[in-house]
Amino acid sequence: MVSKTKSPKLTKVSRAVSKTVGSYQRDKDMLIQILLDLQSMFGWLSREVLTEVSEQLEVPITQVYQIASYYKAFSLMPRGRHIIKVCLGTACQVRGSPRLLDTISAMLGMKPHETSEDMRFTLETVNCLGCCAMGPVVVVDEKYHTKPSPSDLRKIFESAK
Amino acid sequence: MTITLQIDGKEVNAKEGMTVLEAAKEAGIEISTLCYHEKLKPYGACRICSVEVERKGRVRIVASCGYPVEQGLVVRTRSPRIDKIRKVIIELVAPTTMVDGEVAGQIKKLAKEYGANIHRFESRFRAKPTRCILCGQCVRYCDEVVGEHAIGFVGRGIERRAAFFPEKARACLTCQACFDLCPTGKIPSETDFVVFDGFSVDDYLAGKL
Repeated sequence: MVSKTKSPKLTKVSRAVSKTVGSYQRDKDMLIQILLDLQSMFGWLSREVLTEVSEQLEVPITQVYQIASYYKAFSLMPRGRHIIKVCLGTACQVRGSPRLLDTISAMLGMKPHETSEDMRFTLETVNCLGCCAMGPVVVVDEKYHTKPSPSDLRKIFESAK
Repeated sequence: MTITLQIDGKEVNAKEGMTVLEAAKEAGIEISTLCYHEKLKPYGACRICSVEVERKGRVRIVASCGYPVEQGLVVRTRSPRIDKIRKVIIELVAPTTMVDGEVAGQIKKLAKEYGANIHRFESRFRAKPTRCILCGQCVRYCDEVVGEHAIGFVGRGIERRAAFFPEKARACLTCQACFDLCPTGKIPSETDFVVFDGFSVDDYLAGKL
């Protein structure tokens, strides 16, 4: 349940939503774009954000959730500050990405699709990044790494605070 | 403008813009449905209402709930081909709705009518038996007729679910219109419309739906 009293965070959310919705002229058809913008702002889509979008855009909350839960690009769960994507596409698979995923998993002590407790990392798997010749590929915060060795990985993770 | 068409060998007059299903209904010809509701817009999800339509000698299979009437159209609502399609559809949805090896409600009635073997695909069914066939009648009725938007679809593919939004469900306690709509009887048997235990969007997000 969303509380009636406005906490500072809630007003921050409503201000951000108001600005984003305004930049699309409150156009209902721009719902997906609005959600994408808000997701890049907050890292994920919380109940408050979606409720606020629903109210300000005058789109039923059921419809907002239908869209937000349909696309894989949206996350309805909190995500870490750094997103690690491990490609499990066919080419990367053949070049040993499952082992790479296991290595990363063990190194960070978390399973795929999990977020670390300190909110530092989220480990995701993807099915192709379109650069199969580079495989196995790991993307950390939009930066592509080709066949990283365990020591490469350690360096990459250490630089991500 | 009046349109004349033939349904099961009977001359039927219909108004322009009517669907084949509505025209048949008015002529006293029943077509089986699972997702159709007279107060709602055509949805075409269940395909149980499939019929043969013949135009210029060509026969096609269409969903009658969304197909507009045409002058001179020849419609057959029952034929070996149609009956087989309906039988297979029932067989495909049966595993989802099965409770203790039995199907209920409208599905049971249709399974009997078309001689469907409800256990045919049981062993190959890998999704969770949610008892919901995603006909969307509850969701659409709540949106289009009641206007409360208290229940909606979330997720996609085999993870698609109908879920209640508790903060929107203030009217549910007195409304409960979706109780009678649900063709499988899931809603009346699984929700109390007070706390929505195991039937809300929060349960979906927690992976419990």
